[in-house]
Amino acid sequence: MTPRLTVLGAGVMGTGIATLAIAHGIPVTLVDIEPAVLDRARGSVDRQLRHAQLLGAAPDVPPGELTTSTSVAGCAGSLAVIEAVSEHAEQKDKILREVSGIVAPGTVLISNTSGIPIDELAASVERPDELVGIHFMNPPYLITMVEVARGPRTSDRTMESVRSLLDLVNRRGIAVHDAPGFVTSRLLHPMINNAARIVGEGVAGADEVDELMAGCLGHPTGPLRTADLIGLDNLVDSLFALHERLGDPHYLPCEHLLDKVRAGRLGRKSGSGFYEYRS
Amino acid sequence: MTTDQAVDSVASTISSYLETKAGGPVAHDADLAAAGVLTSMVAMEIVVFLESTFGVSIVGRDLKLDNFRTVDSMVALVTRLRENPDNA
Repeated sequence: MTPRLTVLGAGVMGTGIATLAIAHGIPVTLVDIEPAVLDRARGSVDRQLRHAQLLGAAPDVPPGELTTSTSVAGCAGSLAVIEAVSEHAEQKDKILREVSGIVAPGTVLISNTSGIPIDELAASVERPDELVGIHFMNPPYLITMVEVARGPRTSDRTMESVRSLLDLVNRRGIAVHDAPGFVTSRLLHPMINNAARIVGEGVAGADEVDELMAGCLGHPTGPLRTADLIGLDNLVDSLFALHERLGDPHYLPCEHLLDKVRAGRLGRKSGSGFYEYRS
Repeated sequence: MTTDQAVDSVASTISSYLETKAGGPVAHDADLAAAGVLTSMVAMEIVVFLESTFGVSIVGRDLKLDNFRTVDSMVALVTRLRENPDNA
């Protein structure tokens, strides 16, 4: 039997990570507490798989099978378990605690946190040496590099398993030491926050900010298009998480960003954010 | 409606959709990838738009970027899939 991957949380990142594995022929169990979310996730994974094929980002292998479940009970025999729930330490603590009590020793537990320190999350698990961070970028099935966050207690053996897993899905990982926001979020999130602040102050529109960052500074899409892709609610959560741990007021989400979230303009996934999206 | 008229109508529906993406007129033979319109995200939006607008399903070997580089190539794809719905 092909080893199965368990992904916890069927939001934007959970479904994207599931698609990445399925596209590489690995069966996935996707777990979420909301049956309606799981129903939508099936459609999303199907569409994302076609997206990967369209862009030549899926190898020519039969896709892995997708199973959905509202319970983590089935994760015991998994190759690895990837946690991709919201960026709230309490939610991550709850699910990691539950899963850690079920899986066999030797099963790598991976958090897709964008910036909560791994050693902080390690307090929730029975075997801190088997916990590691893999920060996938959105969309995971298109972006070939990931940030691997090694906690102070993460073992060499776990790092070896991470390398094997990333090989299976054809991803390259860059390993960094544990710190709030690691490297990518610590640099990107305050930049997006400042870009939003600039738009809020009326210095420039979102498209002008993005065009300047792309045309003058070589950013692939501009920070505000990236923000819409990340999801503005997730960005706000991550900024608060960074502020709580680093203290620097620059990490506090600016009013313009908070206004968008309060208005339900969460980016691509809600149909509008800094830009409008159809279909 | 003659076949030519049907093709014209498909072409104009597609180009008016693309004009909202490109922010300006789109020639039917313009290379949308070279123009920077056909980004990785927009490419999939176009697939979904064509499927929902023309009632076709684009799968398998038809799912390749070359089919979506110009209005002309999209019209050819939609026309073929409408004529042979089983030959996907």
